[in-house]
Amino acid sequence: MSVIDVQEKPPFSLGALWRDKKARAIIMQILAVIGVLLFFGWLVNNTVKNIENLGVSVGFDFLWNTASYDINQTLIDYKATDTHFKAGVVGLLNTLLVAFCGVILATILGFTAGVARLSNNFVLSRLMQVYVEAVRNVPVLLQILLWYGIIIHSFPRVKAAVPLMEGVIVTNRGLFLPQPLPQDGFGWVWIAFFVALIAAYMFRRYAKKVLDATGKQLPVLLASLTLIVVLPVITYYIMGSPLGVSTPELKGFNYVGGFAIKPEFLALWLALSIYTGAFIAEIVRAGILAVSHGQSEAAHALGIRPNLTMRLVVIPQALRVIIPPLISQYLNLTKNSSLAIAIGYMDLVATLGGITLNQSGRALEVMLIILSVYLFISLSISFLMNIYNERVKLVER
Amino acid sequence: MSEQTREYPVGESPELPAPNHQPGAVKWVMENLFSSIPNGIVTILGLAFLYMVIPPFIQWAFIDSVVLGAESRQECNAINPDGACWAFIYRRWDQFVYGFYPADERWRVNISFILVAIIVAIALVERLRAIKGIIWVALALVVACIILIVGFFGLERVPTNKFGGFMLTLIIGLTGIFASLPIGIVLALSRLSTLPIFSIFATIFIEFIRGVPLITLLFIASTLLSYFLPPGTNFDLLVRVLIMVTLFSAAYLAEVIRGGLAAIPRGQYEAADALGLSYWKSMRLVILPQALKISIPGIVSSFIGLFKDTTLVLIIGLLDPLGIGQAAIADVKWIALSNELYVFIAIFFFIFCFSMSRYSLYLERKLHTGH
Repeated sequence: MSVIDVQEKPPFSLGALWRDKKARAIIMQILAVIGVLLFFGWLVNNTVKNIENLGVSVGFDFLWNTASYDINQTLIDYKATDTHFKAGVVGLLNTLLVAFCGVILATILGFTAGVARLSNNFVLSRLMQVYVEAVRNVPVLLQILLWYGIIIHSFPRVKAAVPLMEGVIVTNRGLFLPQPLPQDGFGWVWIAFFVALIAAYMFRRYAKKVLDATGKQLPVLLASLTLIVVLPVITYYIMGSPLGVSTPELKGFNYVGGFAIKPEFLALWLALSIYTGAFIAEIVRAGILAVSHGQSEAAHALGIRPNLTMRLVVIPQALRVIIPPLISQYLNLTKNSSLAIAIGYMDLVATLGGITLNQSGRALEVMLIILSVYLFISLSISFLMNIYNERVKLVER
Repeated sequence: MSEQTREYPVGESPELPAPNHQPGAVKWVMENLFSSIPNGIVTILGLAFLYMVIPPFIQWAFIDSVVLGAESRQECNAINPDGACWAFIYRRWDQFVYGFYPADERWRVNISFILVAIIVAIALVERLRAIKGIIWVALALVVACIILIVGFFGLERVPTNKFGGFMLTLIIGLTGIFASLPIGIVLALSRLSTLPIFSIFATIFIEFIRGVPLITLLFIASTLLSYFLPPGTNFDLLVRVLIMVTLFSAAYLAEVIRGGLAAIPRGQYEAADALGLSYWKSMRLVILPQALKISIPGIVSSFIGLFKDTTLVLIIGLLDPLGIGQAAIADVKWIALSNELYVFIAIFFFIFCFSMSRYSLYLERKLHTGH
């Protein structure tokens, strides 16, 4: 083709333009831009026409109207007389709460199950395989409903519930726990805790220095744990045990006082953690298997003890494989928490996208807010992820 | 050690006992289950757990269960209060399978099930390579299914809001699977394209879809789409859901396929260029066959994800099996039989998803042509 171009310049024609690779690329891109712009223009045009026809007003002013609905579980003070905006914030906090708790439990479950699947113990590894396969192949919505059903229908009624321990009661209206109430002077315990943390960190740096200089190993873990536990405990007793406890008590039809975990939260939390845990187990297993045998053999050959081999050689390399898909599982968990609406846990989608939307009829604005919040969470985490990936990337020749 | 390496004069080697190798079950148990004290404890705990879970479950699900001869939960309880009340599933079976599809027309759905089974069988038996000639047959069968289920050409028209149950799950799942693969491939190719505009558009689309939960997209389909379409248009809720599910799945597939494309060595692209193949030919004949092959595990797991996500349509009011079941356990007759319901539907999904993942393992082995 290009040979012809060199010999003689063909007269300008549309066909020639189309056969030229560079020109074609530009034409196609311009066409794509025009197409997309036309499409969005059409959408916006339709939207404007529809809004005119329906006679609805557009804007975010409805956020400042009174919400006038209750939310059964709130992290911050909220009353039915507060605004829709505050209801949305409460919902967002509930989303973040269940995501945070879910991530922690799912990580524990996933790492345990992933390591246990590689165990030599036949019973243990098979049990974990059954857990992973059974949970991964069943929809998470079904699991949320199943857990909710179990809690609502199979847990003991409030009247019939027998405390498991002092102040710990499992009922079909939720889990009741004693709640510690910090009193005057408890702040000092926190201060002691942070001082201990800093001291532990300093000690670790000192131990590293000693190790580098002399090769002597100091008991870092033991010393740090002792510091972090003992210092706050001593402060606690010096300050005269400044901690009251509110235990739940049966009053009328329900327990009052203490710390109550609602059945909706419990069901969502358990279901999401167990579901995501199964995926994390597979990621962890794959990550450990991805570290080549040569690495642990080399460590053995250097005479490094087995548990140190695991800690210093295998796990750091496995983590590089594990962490990116792990984070994407955390994101999935956060997004799946939007299924809370099915059991009435008041997360962002249930407050703003549920009741507020029905009350105000502002579907366009509400969905825009919800989409932006989720997008913001997802994109900022993937941004951090990219930075991490750059940092841990294998440095090759 | 030294015993075994000692040298003996030729012909004088003593009869040594066989190596201390104890075959059989006892040895396997000792090595795998009780090799050390912690290991033994774990084994015993695991067995105890199994003992605590399995016999009661069998008792509940099979021995004490009531399948026939009960018209309501009360009657189930009268026969055996401790077991599962499968009579509930048995009585509502038709609803679980067909939703509210008119009873006289259900033969159409049955025929479609058979046609779909034939399509799937063709696709599974003839591998990916041979599918080219058969794709037209499959398309024809798909069209036949649509005609049968929706009812064109003189067949009584069944509105889509009567669709429900496993039939609906299969419709959404299969449509999503078949429609999202080509879109996913196109998206992946454009994201990796050297033409910046295509790459930017594809990236924005993919990141947007992957950044938000499916349920918000379904909300858009059910409430918001009427804003974006010309005034007066009103197209079917099921079709809107199908489009959203397909786009959602396509974005995830695109990322999987992009991974596969990135894993193809540069030499392959260069070789295709050197042969003078055009972009599309080099993709179709050289790059994509290899890229798709190595992304099979990811593709299948996102199909499984899509199939599981079909349950979400319950939240916008379509009657998939979960929706049917939720309505059923709100009925006074079968009130609060949630365990039976969820176990039953879970088994259905498990069978489908587990066989998909096994098939992907099989395909992976079969297509593995490396060393």
